[in-house]
Amino acid sequence: MMHAIQEELGFVPHEAMQRIADALNWSRADVHGVLTYYHDFRTAPPGCHVLKLCRAESCQAMGSEQLEAHVANKHGAAMGETSADGELTVEPIYCLGNCALSPAVQLDGKVHGRVSSQRLDALLLQAKEQKTNGTGS
Amino acid sequence: MTTIIYVPRDSAALSLGANEVADAVVREAAARNLDVQLVRNGSRGMLWLETLLEVVTDLGRIAYGPVEAKDVAGLFDAGLATGGDHALRLGKTEELPWLKKQTRLTFARVGVTDPISTEEYTEHDGCQGLKKALAMEPKEIVEAVVASGLRGRGGAGFPAGIKWRTVLGTSADQKYVACNADEGDSGTFSDRMIMEGDPYVLLEGMAIAGLAVGATEGYIYLRSEYPDARLVLTTAIERARSAGWLGSNLLGSGKAFDVHIRMGAGSYVCGEETAMLESLEGKRGIVRAKPPLPALEGLWGKPTLVNNVMTLAAVPFIVDKGGEAYAAHGTGRSLGTLPYQLAGNIKQGGLVEVPLGTTIRELLYDFGGGSASGRPIRAIQVGGPLGAYLPESKFDTPADYESLTAVGGLLGHGGIVVFDDTVDMAKMARYAFEFCAIESCGKCTPCRIGSIRGVEVVDRLVAGKNRLADEALLRDLCDTLTSASLCAMGGLTPLPVLSALDHFPGDFEKA
Ligand SMILES: Cc1cc2nc3c(=O)[nH]c(=O)nc-3n(C[C@H](O)[C@H](O)[C@H](O)COP(=O)(O)O)c2cc1C
Ligand code: SF4
Ligand code: FES
Repeated sequence: MMHAIQEELGFVPHEAMQRIADALNWSRADVHGVLTYYHDFRTAPPGCHVLKLCRAESCQAMGSEQLEAHVANKHGAAMGETSADGELTVEPIYCLGNCALSPAVQLDGKVHGRVSSQRLDALLLQAKEQKTNGTGS
Repeated sequence: MTTIIYVPRDSAALSLGANEVADAVVREAAARNLDVQLVRNGSRGMLWLETLLEVVTDLGRIAYGPVEAKDVAGLFDAGLATGGDHALRLGKTEELPWLKKQTRLTFARVGVTDPISTEEYTEHDGCQGLKKALAMEPKEIVEAVVASGLRGRGGAGFPAGIKWRTVLGTSADQKYVACNADEGDSGTFSDRMIMEGDPYVLLEGMAIAGLAVGATEGYIYLRSEYPDARLVLTTAIERARSAGWLGSNLLGSGKAFDVHIRMGAGSYVCGEETAMLESLEGKRGIVRAKPPLPALEGLWGKPTLVNNVMTLAAVPFIVDKGGEAYAAHGTGRSLGTLPYQLAGNIKQGGLVEVPLGTTIRELLYDFGGGSASGRPIRAIQVGGPLGAYLPESKFDTPADYESLTAVGGLLGHGGIVVFDDTVDMAKMARYAFEFCAIESCGKCTPCRIGSIRGVEVVDRLVAGKNRLADEALLRDLCDTLTSASLCAMGGLTPLPVLSALDHFPGDFEKA
């Protein structure tokens, strides 16, 4: 159920917690416990684009830290934060199962492998352009 | 004449643009009025060559790679349809040394067939195990698994047959098979590749397990990081039901077994079996104390067989060809094959299924081709985030359960993460504590609090103000974690930490 709400809204708002609790016959605290326990669930709305950077060992071996620094410097979103313009949220993820093609990232749900700083810039640019075109049509 | 072209849909291939390659194939074929049938297969496991495109010719399947969408027009110009020459042409897929040197039992079909085609599955020996199992007594199936020597591939390496015996020996109105597809270890992706590349072999393995232990319901606990695997499995389950491979009447036998998927939500410790069961029941994935064993009291208090994806996917071969045929591979008490996964700073990363006991050096150099950066390989981590870091002097160790334990490591799920000589091992030790702190389920104080202390102590040790005392403190802390943790999250975090410290002491003395 929480998966479905997050898929729909991008996050599970505080207001929804009571309704989930009622539906499951749980206490509100139980729902809160589950939501905050799992990394996947957000309780605040994310930016327009969500970039999940893999922080696990294999990606570290191929420079994921440099990638993290690059995103913070160039795109204004440090790990766990949303950029000031609300464009980009960067979240950590621990292995995407793409470790033979490290470093790996997931941008708006799509996984990319062997991501250099340049490739990431191109991907972000492309995502922004698609969004602009998408709303126009 | 129709030309058949294969472009993988494996998510590793997709991460390098396989969908764009597939689109280009369709576009270019149409522009040239060529009759092309595009098949989206699994990956052959040569992930550094993705996107690996194959074309069926009179000579057999010819491989091209790594192909990008922009190469496709040129490939057609070079006569792709008849296996024409091109800079990206690799030759006959089957003859490629990297594949030829492998012993593919579990991965026999992956990359070869269309993963969701039930026809191709049957044509390539699919369902043979299930057929035989339906004609066997539950006890006979269990004994075949015992004879195969198959051990749990999820990490702990517990003999599968013995666990099956335990569940068979229980009496209950309902039993379950729970497939652990949480695959949280960094450096591993074999579960993902089989679920995306040959989902029916897992479903068949689960159905056989159900028949063997007397369970009629199965659950796959799938990590949320694997949306593509979810799509493939969902389709495969529907088609398997229509084909009578799942459902209330398995192959017309009157016996029942069905499978459901449940998604995780990004928690490493939910891969621990009791936490997984909690999560499957919709709760916070917190580790339960054992006993009771899940085999006796698992899902909703009922006897539950918990096995990893790789364990269950090995079963159809074992039941079809006999336990001895599987046990003919491997060494000592590490029998059969293992789909090893080469990851991190490796030139030829991917999946290699070979007999257990293959040495680390063979895997790293014969298959892996050395580091991706071209620099010397300085360290590897085998067996995920709770596995030991090993230096070059240990590379001749056979990568089996016993030999790795003997050098202070563990095999885990068979992932090997490679680091070149730019790695800072003190940083990796610090990360091991950090990861433990992030993922701890919170039940045990040493794991929850000790891991945070661990990060601080590593920082102090590296700062070097009071080295001897800080090292003693670190070792003490590790002792506490080892002895006072309920599960391997806290219990094994000392392994990467101390192996880094013991094998690479210089990295902790930089200040
Ligand atoms: C922290 C932790 C994480 C684990 N993660 C996984 C996992 O992702 N997949 C898995 O199959 N087993 C995992 N295990 C091992 C399981 O607890 C269990 O041993 C396994 O699923 C049993 O199946 P097997 O006997 O077929 O290996 C993990 C264990 C621990 C302590
Ligand atoms: S060792 Fe850590 S993860 Fe395991 S039960 Fe204890 S607190 Fe939970
Ligand atoms: S460690 Fe980053 S994808 Fe596995």
